[in-house]
Amino acid sequence: MGRILSIAILCLLSATPAFAMHISEGILPFSWALFWYLAVVPFVALGVRRLNALSREDLALKPLVGLLAAVVFIISCMPIPVPTAGTCSHPCGTGVAAILVGPLVSVVIAAVALLIQALFLAHGGLSTLGANTFSMGVVGSFAGWLAFHGLRHMGGSLALSGFIAGLLADWGTYAATSLILASGIRGDAPLLPLFVKVVVAFIPTQLPLGILESVITAGMLTLLYKKRPDLLVRMKVISERELQSHA
Amino acid sequence: MPERKRKWKILLVLMIILPTLLFVVYFFSLAPMPWTGVDEAVVQKIAKEHGREAVAPLINPGSGDLLLFVFLVAGAVGGFVAGYCWRDLVKKKE
Repeated sequence: MGRILSIAILCLLSATPAFAMHISEGILPFSWALFWYLAVVPFVALGVRRLNALSREDLALKPLVGLLAAVVFIISCMPIPVPTAGTCSHPCGTGVAAILVGPLVSVVIAAVALLIQALFLAHGGLSTLGANTFSMGVVGSFAGWLAFHGLRHMGGSLALSGFIAGLLADWGTYAATSLILASGIRGDAPLLPLFVKVVVAFIPTQLPLGILESVITAGMLTLLYKKRPDLLVRMKVISERELQSHA
Repeated sequence: MPERKRKWKILLVLMIILPTLLFVVYFFSLAPMPWTGVDEAVVQKIAKEHGREAVAPLINPGSGDLLLFVFLVAGAVGGFVAGYCWRDLVKKKE
């Protein structure tokens, strides 16, 4: 116990000021901020409806969604230093959330996590909440979910599909952030060169972080498969037949 | 034959890894300050070049680092509790 406490104290003492990757308050003009709010509203509404439908089927899903929201919140605001770039950033977590509870519920999870971060941690902002939810929630969730199920249909293993899903969810999020930022700030400048400039600036940090996110996603799925495969069946990640072959 | 296959695999991996490393090293200079977040190093920097600047958040935590510190303490305590109860958490369902 003493050793664990020492490690915990060392971790606390080595804490450094940290920042997030979300688009900060006031960066986007009002018209664009409003546009992204409007773009994200249908996804959140459908997500809430889906969550209600799922919890009518199985009430135990609600605490699980709460737990996943905590996971996404923590993952998406814990800064990780990237030595290759000299900067800090974080994974998103929406890929694994989308795989486990579906992309629409994952959008709701991302919206809640980003709202709390904007309100209390000054990560992102209230005016840019729609834009950040669109990139991390909508694009991240759907990219991860589509990649995972696409690969599973093609016979990919759980770990490999999770790995690629995590990778695409992370990189998709940053590609969307780049597009949102470029379209919002470009003024009269052409969109494509600015978009490429933002993407290229993100690459040194997000290239390795995307790989880290894919390892986290694959690891979480593999751990669940080993320890609680029944949960994966209940969430329709694997089939009953796969569970029987696992047993 | 398997030896040849192995060589091809190594060559393929090198073909992916080496350009990736070169690419990362080439863009190393894009990080203006050490260990800043990408919101500052990328988003705010490029936005400023185009005349957009970040404003103070609606609820300004002031000592933002203090909040992060509190958050980190909570995480460390939570992690300790989770570690202490690890066997109960990951025990296979009967």
